[in-house]
Amino acid sequence: MAKDKQANSYSVVLFHSTSGALMAEKLLKKEGIAYKIIPVPRNLSSDCGVCLRFSRQDESLVRKALAEKVEFQSICNL
Amino acid sequence: MKKPSAIYLDNAASSWPKPDETWQAMEHFMRSVGANPGRSGHRLSIEAGRILLEARDALAELFGIDDPLRIVFTRNATESLNLVIYGILRPGEHCVTTSMEHNSVMRPLRALEQKGLEVTTVSCSSQGELDPQKIEKAIKKNTRLIVTTHASNIVGTLMPVDEVSEIARSHDIPFCIDAAQTAGAYPIDIEAMNIDLLVFTGHKSLYGPQGTGGLYIREGLEKKLEPLMRGGTGSRSESQEQPNFMPDKYESGTPNTVGIAGLEAGTRFCLEQGIAHIRAKEEGLTHMLIEGLGSIPGVTLYGCGDEKRQVAICSFTVRDLSPSEITMQLDEEFGIMSRPGLHCAPIAHQTIGTSPHGTVRLSAGYFTTDEEIAVAIEAVTKIAARSHNQG
Repeated sequence: MAKDKQANSYSVVLFHSTSGALMAEKLLKKEGIAYKIIPVPRNLSSDCGVCLRFSRQDESLVRKALAEKVEFQSICNL
Repeated sequence: MKKPSAIYLDNAASSWPKPDETWQAMEHFMRSVGANPGRSGHRLSIEAGRILLEARDALAELFGIDDPLRIVFTRNATESLNLVIYGILRPGEHCVTTSMEHNSVMRPLRALEQKGLEVTTVSCSSQGELDPQKIEKAIKKNTRLIVTTHASNIVGTLMPVDEVSEIARSHDIPFCIDAAQTAGAYPIDIEAMNIDLLVFTGHKSLYGPQGTGGLYIREGLEKKLEPLMRGGTGSRSESQEQPNFMPDKYESGTPNTVGIAGLEAGTRFCLEQGIAHIRAKEEGLTHMLIEGLGSIPGVTLYGCGDEKRQVAICSFTVRDLSPSEITMQLDEEFGIMSRPGLHCAPIAHQTIGTSPHGTVRLSAGYFTTDEEIAVAIEAVTKIAARSHNQG
């Protein structure tokens, strides 16, 4: 039951700018990690930009893909 | 691509024609995307944002830049130079430049001089050549910037930027290169050349449209460099303070996305053709110009006279004829587009000895053919002979 819940949960990675989010998009695409670009949820930040949503179980893959390539603000659970 | 009927030898002002890909990318943006990049999460806004990022990626590849977000878009090289000069220098500080600069460097420096900036203008030779040791000798305790052109917009002479960047690095002074005449036409590698600030324009050898340009800023320098403008960036919207991260710190307001779409296509065209190939072709055209113009009786050719040490720009005068008269005759009788006068670089004309009347400039581009150069040389030969007979 707990495992199923994690499989269906999402996290988002937040960036300083849209350019950063779109750079990260290219990296996730290259690594074959599933993602979706969504507007930044208001409860996480007042930015009017976008962020990348991904399956929470992929968090370590996402961190690895972005490491030292694009600076991100934070990763938050949805 | 349809070749225009005019013989266009004013590529140092704006390159023309452009690759079809340039206007096709612009048409695609205008017809099918159109939205404001980085201002919303909808698909068209994101697509517009991707165009900006792809353009940064292409330029980063061309200049050997690791992080494409270190590239800032501006309207042109002039705006980039103003950003650097006004962003770094303060009254009481000192800047070193050369006597071959364009007014896009000289005018901001002269304006700041009125407010207490010290400026040293290092003299170049009458061929437009710079002795890098003179730069080193000009450095003072309060020197905060060295800014030089990469190649003269009048005679095409290349500056010894490798040596200057070594000198700048050893004194820990930021070095800004004005690559308006070289970006896309001559190899530039940010890391190998130790460049701190690279100014480029989109509408010359990068084959983009007018109204596009940019600036590369080395990591850490953004802490010393104030933005020229402040405003909306689509990021940190809760704050009334300008963001301090790249590239948003320097990119306020809606960008010229349609122009940057064209700039990306033009830059990719350069990458596909290869800078070595573009350079080899332009060296050949420059050789023809030097040999041809240099052997016409009554014509004085300026510059170093060596296609290996310059870009595809040649300046000349004809005895007894004013540059504007020659340009008019070249256009009206021969369909050849040239540029007369001072080329927005009065100090450089003083240096090569052609002030105040200036020269006629012929500048080739990647699309210029050998036949066009031959027609131009023939035309100048006729104009010079006619003037001699009349005289």
